[in-house]
Amino acid sequence: MIASASASAVNRLAWRDAIGFPSITLLASMTGFGSLVHESGLPFAMAIAATVGIWGLPGQLALVEMHVAGLSVFFVILGVALANARFLPMVVAFMPLMNEARPKSRWDFALVQMLSINSWAAGLKRFPEIEKTLRRRYYIVFAVICMSAGTLGTVIGYFGVGLMPRPIALGLIFMNPLFFAVLLAGVQSRPSMIALVVGAPLGIMFHLIAPDLDLLLTGVVGGTLALLLNNRLTGRQSAS
Amino acid sequence: MNESSAVALLLLTGGAIVGTYLWRGAGVMFAARIKSDSPVFQWVTFVSYAMLGGLIARMVILPIGPLMETPLLCRALAFVIGVGVFFGGGRRVLPAVFVGVATFILLVSFF
Repeated sequence: MIASASASAVNRLAWRDAIGFPSITLLASMTGFGSLVHESGLPFAMAIAATVGIWGLPGQLALVEMHVAGLSVFFVILGVALANARFLPMVVAFMPLMNEARPKSRWDFALVQMLSINSWAAGLKRFPEIEKTLRRRYYIVFAVICMSAGTLGTVIGYFGVGLMPRPIALGLIFMNPLFFAVLLAGVQSRPSMIALVVGAPLGIMFHLIAPDLDLLLTGVVGGTLALLLNNRLTGRQSAS
Repeated sequence: MNESSAVALLLLTGGAIVGTYLWRGAGVMFAARIKSDSPVFQWVTFVSYAMLGGLIARMVILPIGPLMETPLLCRALAFVIGVGVFFGGGRRVLPAVFVGVATFILLVSFF
C-alpha cells in the first residue's frame, strides 16, 4: 500500500512521527548528557560536538565517562568506537530500503550521520508505505527534527544544570544511566539482553581490578561469554 | 582551561567522532555486500552490548564525578524502580525514566 505519494504528504508524515516520542526522548536524554558534560568540567563545544558528531547516547557517555576516569586518548576512542558498533548493522539494513528506487550517491555518506535508533526504527516501519522516490525525504525531515531536539536538549542541559537546585541537577545526571538502560533494554532481542546482563557485574569487577581497561575487558570477556551462552541456549532450543 | 588541554580534548572528541563514523561509513559502503549476521560481526555486537552493560552498572554503583556525593542506596533503589516501571509498565521509556529520576531526586533530597 502506498499511503504517501506526494512530497507534502511525506513531509507531514515525517513531522507527525518525529514530534512526540522521538523528539521528547532525545530532548530529555540529551539534557542529561549536556548536564553531565557540564558537571564533568568539560567545555560546551565538546558537548555539542559529541551530540552532533557521535549522535548516539552510549558512545557519547562512553566518551565523557572514560575521559573523566582518566583513560588515555587511544583507549577512550577505542571504547567509543566499540560502543557504537551497532551502527554498522543498522546502516546495512537501512540503506537498501531507503535507496530502493535510486542509485547510491555520495550524499549517503553525509545522510548516514543523522541515523540514530529513532530514525532507523521509524524508517523501517514507514518506508514500505512511502513511495520509493520519497523515502529519502521522509528520513531527512524526520532526522533533522530529531537532531534539532537532541542539540537543543544538550544546550539546555549544559547551561541549565548550574541553575537548578542540587538534587534536581543530580537527578539530571542520574538520568543518563537510567535512560541508557531502558533504551537498550527496549531493543528486545535476547542476544543483546544476555550481553547487557553478563556485562554489568563484569563492569564493576574489572573497574576494581583494572580501572584503565575496565570497559574494554568487560566488552571482550563479557561479550565472548554472552556469545557462548547465547549459542548454547539457541542450540538447546533448536535441539528440543 | 589551558591551551594544551583544549587541543587534547579536540583530538579526543574528533577521534571519537571519526571512530563512530567509521561504522556508519562502512555500512554505506558495504550495504549490499556485507552480511551483518556473520560470526565476526555477531561477536562485535556482543562485545558492544556487554561493554554498555558494564558501563551502566559502573555509572550506577561506582560513579565518577558528581554522583559520587549521593548514597549508593539512593542510586541503586531509584535505578531498580525505574527499570521495574519499564518492564512492568509495558516497556514505555518516558514514564520509566520519569519515575526513576523523580524517585532519585526525592531520595537525594531527604537523605
